[in-house]
Amino acid sequence: MATATPVTREIAPAEVRRAGRWSLERFAAPGLLSPSIIAIFVFVYGFIGYTLWVSVSNWGTNRRDLSLRQPLLGTYEDLFGQTRFQIDLRNTFVFTVIFLTLSVGSGLFLAILLDRHVFGSGFFRSVFLFPYALSFITTGVAWRWIFNPETGINLLLDQLGVNALLERLGAGPLKPGWITDPSVVWQVNGALERVLPFTSAINAKLGIPVAMIPVCIAAAWQLSGFAMAMYLAGLGSISHELREAAQLDGASAWRTYRDIIIPLLKPITISILVILGHVSLKIFDLIFAMTGKGPGFATDVPGIFVFDKMFGAQQYNLGAAASIVMLLLVSIVVVPYLIRQLKVL
Amino acid sequence: MASVAAHLPATPHRRRKIRLGRIVLMAVLLLAMAFYLMPVYVMLMNGLKDKSYMTLHDMWKLPRDLSGGGFGYAWDALRPNLGNSFKMAIPATVISAIIGAINGYLFSKWKFRGSDVIFILILFGMFIPYQSILIPLIETLQEIGLYGKWYGLVAVHVIYGIPVTSLVFRNYFSNVPNELVEAARIDGAGIIGIFRQIMLPLSAPAFVVVGIFQFTNIWNDFLFGVTVVFDPRNQPITVALNNLSGTNSVDWTVVMAGAVVAALPTLVVYILLGRFFIRGLLAGSMKG
Amino acid sequence: MKNGPEAVNSLVMDVLHGRLSRRDVMKRAAAIGLSASTIGMLMRISEAAAQGTPAAGGSLEVFSWWTSPGEAPALQALFDAFLAQYPGVEIINAAVAGGGGGAAQAVLQTRLQGNNPPDSWQSHPGHELFDQYVDAGYCEPITDLYTSEGWTDVMPAGLVEQVTRDGEQYAIAVGVHRGNGFWYNKQVLADAGIEVGETMTIDEFMQAAETLQGRGITPLALGSKDAFVAAQTFENTLLGVVGPENYNKLFAGELSWDDDSVKEAMQVTARMFEMVNSDHSALTWDGAVDLVIQGKAAFNSMGDWAYGEFVAKNVVDNIGWVSHPGTAGSFVLVVDCFTLAQGAPNAENARNWLRVIGTKEAQEAFNPLKGSIPARTDVDQSIFSAYHQWSMNSFANDMLVPSVAHGQAASPQFKQAMYDAAAAFLVDKDVETFALMLVDAAGA
Repeated sequence: MATATPVTREIAPAEVRRAGRWSLERFAAPGLLSPSIIAIFVFVYGFIGYTLWVSVSNWGTNRRDLSLRQPLLGTYEDLFGQTRFQIDLRNTFVFTVIFLTLSVGSGLFLAILLDRHVFGSGFFRSVFLFPYALSFITTGVAWRWIFNPETGINLLLDQLGVNALLERLGAGPLKPGWITDPSVVWQVNGALERVLPFTSAINAKLGIPVAMIPVCIAAAWQLSGFAMAMYLAGLGSISHELREAAQLDGASAWRTYRDIIIPLLKPITISILVILGHVSLKIFDLIFAMTGKGPGFATDVPGIFVFDKMFGAQQYNLGAAASIVMLLLVSIVVVPYLIRQLKVL
Repeated sequence: MASVAAHLPATPHRRRKIRLGRIVLMAVLLLAMAFYLMPVYVMLMNGLKDKSYMTLHDMWKLPRDLSGGGFGYAWDALRPNLGNSFKMAIPATVISAIIGAINGYLFSKWKFRGSDVIFILILFGMFIPYQSILIPLIETLQEIGLYGKWYGLVAVHVIYGIPVTSLVFRNYFSNVPNELVEAARIDGAGIIGIFRQIMLPLSAPAFVVVGIFQFTNIWNDFLFGVTVVFDPRNQPITVALNNLSGTNSVDWTVVMAGAVVAALPTLVVYILLGRFFIRGLLAGSMKG
Repeated sequence: MKNGPEAVNSLVMDVLHGRLSRRDVMKRAAAIGLSASTIGMLMRISEAAAQGTPAAGGSLEVFSWWTSPGEAPALQALFDAFLAQYPGVEIINAAVAGGGGGAAQAVLQTRLQGNNPPDSWQSHPGHELFDQYVDAGYCEPITDLYTSEGWTDVMPAGLVEQVTRDGEQYAIAVGVHRGNGFWYNKQVLADAGIEVGETMTIDEFMQAAETLQGRGITPLALGSKDAFVAAQTFENTLLGVVGPENYNKLFAGELSWDDDSVKEAMQVTARMFEMVNSDHSALTWDGAVDLVIQGKAAFNSMGDWAYGEFVAKNVVDNIGWVSHPGTAGSFVLVVDCFTLAQGAPNAENARNWLRVIGTKEAQEAFNPLKGSIPARTDVDQSIFSAYHQWSMNSFANDMLVPSVAHGQAASPQFKQAMYDAAAAFLVDKDVETFALMLVDAAGA
């Protein structure tokens, strides 16, 4: 729908009598928007500016010191030199990719299942949607217990006799370390250094921290219902005629979804990716409650880093610098989406 | 029942296949449900236990008695703050929905030079990491006399809700045909009249989506609740919930029970409004 | 509506408590038929009450991080002691869970930075008190209270030193936890034929650990999901290896963090970390305590708040304790104290609050509930458990050393750096890197 043409330009020339009023109303829109604009200007941009300033200041103790640091970017240098922060950036990347894949994948899967108008679909929909209603602070604790290798899911597997069965089949018991596994698999440091020699300055092991995977599952549990709801809405808007036509052409249900329906859902997928993407880059509560920094910082993220440095160590400049980096990361994800928004609408 | 399969020629062979498919489908759904309810089971069962015998190694087991475990304490500790959360979340949700509706209307139907850029600058506010702005936030609120007041917390939620609510309403109103607006204008309706007479009556689905969104976010917020309002008698339930776990001692039965209690209001909202939520999404408020 | 003296009395009480607006005072006073001058006086009192500076009323805001079902009653005991003397004061209990580094710290910091302090707040003495609050000018000294109440005579000098700067005292300690506790399951050790005496050396522990491992029992329970735990285990072991004098020298900058003795302590810590439960990073400290209770592990190194868990689970009889290996003769201080805010909104009430919580009665009421021991040494020992009597004895006679993990021995920056370094060390057990990180942090 092309609504890009400014309304004001469409006034019919004949409406001379009303022209005065309309031109007055030209100022009405910006006027009515101004409270929002001012609030956002102060509470978002003012504070970002403040944080930026703090990040280049000398405020590294409890005493506020807003004088500029020499060299100006010294705090950023400290920040990127910290192995922990390097690990945090890696973790954010890994978390975002796995979490988004899981949420979008399971959201779509559940939506397609419920779209088949199965008995009790309203009930199932509520069940899948409700984790979104809970506070991260407490679900984190429940998930920590569930992914504790000694007590949680592994114990359940034992109690359900799964491991006994596996042993009888000659396989070892299924007992992953879940959130306690400090290993980092699929490391790419070596390969990266060969291509980009300067990356040898990176101390963090670049790969997938195994302990992060359960955290991604917990986060996807909480937010996949949201993705499902969006997809259900999208599926509802695809006409039945289209599907029937595909079916009459002899396409299987699977092919119909793969070739016709899922491609039509692409705009929704992008919306979900952006909305969940910013959740994942800012994630704090869930990980704080569930695993904390994790074994060898395996589940540490910039959000926790900022909190620790600002309120634990009172290194306000370091915390501020880390949050500016977080903001930049978010921007990388979001700005292209926003620009696309501009073009579409 | 508008199942695709129902429209197909029903040969006996195909019907059997469909029935089998239904059973598999149901099995998969039940399995998924078990996974989704697992953490709730853990919270409920351990919340119902007594601290004297609650241990992680028995986390899957049922409570030994029906004494209610941590629920009694959790309810007493959270009840005083339950009202605060309603007092804060309801006005904050309503106000931010109204502001979002007005902004969305203006951004979609009353574009002016630079309005798209302003819209994007506003949207960007969604993405600010809140931990880092607490100190300037508190100072600013003090300047304008809102610090420590429950309505100050409402204001904070309303302000940080502007981006997302404006986005939802803008996308929703973009789907309203411009001809409708034109017609009303020719009939002499002004900028506010069009909003009241045309846009508002159409916007129920978007209000539902924004309402659920904002209510959930505001209800579950902890960081602003604990820093903006310092008097414990005015703090939201999430602060009381967080306080159930202590510093040198912790009783997980109470924490788990409290989690269930604090989640009930949002849960009710979802069960009651869940279908409208999807209808609202369906109505295009989140497309784009 | 009441009449006569009763009505006057009730009106006066309401005025004193600041419950009435000016208009209400006038209305009710006129209804009773009081004289104009009396009404005028009541109005003045009511205004004073509304501004929070009354003689016998107003409010008092106390900020602490005691919130759980196990902690709130102890805090209430302090409030009760205060209210017994000042019944007209309304206490605002601004407690937020999560001490050093947690949510409580974020709230307190933003309030102090924003110039909106509570009247009195909880802190650990030593560096946390001075680096975070006193140096930034947030605290007012209470030296005169120390003099008038004679606190210096009834508290160990090593403790008073921790709240003193330039001859001025800045906080009053209410309770003392012992950070170097080492708890064990008696039954598990008896089954393994291990005897624990009054003290335990590092070698004795290593031997016991070997025996236990041979029997398939986890020697040491660890709950490293909490950031302080790995750091606390290291600091206790460090104290055990280098001794209290050198331990203190490290924080005074007289001994380097890459000294051989420190590296030896790191090696011992690494050996300890190798004999812990495999799920340590999924457990909080109380989960590790539970492993000992369940008999799945033999020992746990933890401050004596762990004792509260044994009481809650009715297993005190099966639990024994010594000092963390090698640290007998030292008492690692984890002290809770309260401050007086600079420009406290209710300064008079705040000073009265501090005076009350420093009394014998208040400390005797508070500590048995909290599971700590009084900062005063002149209290009635008989009201405490056998463990706490043991701890009180140690407190009175042993060398008192501050804890890093709980913010007393070093700056918050160093504490946080040590948390990070210990967390990394727990996984990689790389002594050189650990030492390097601590040297860096001490030099920063």
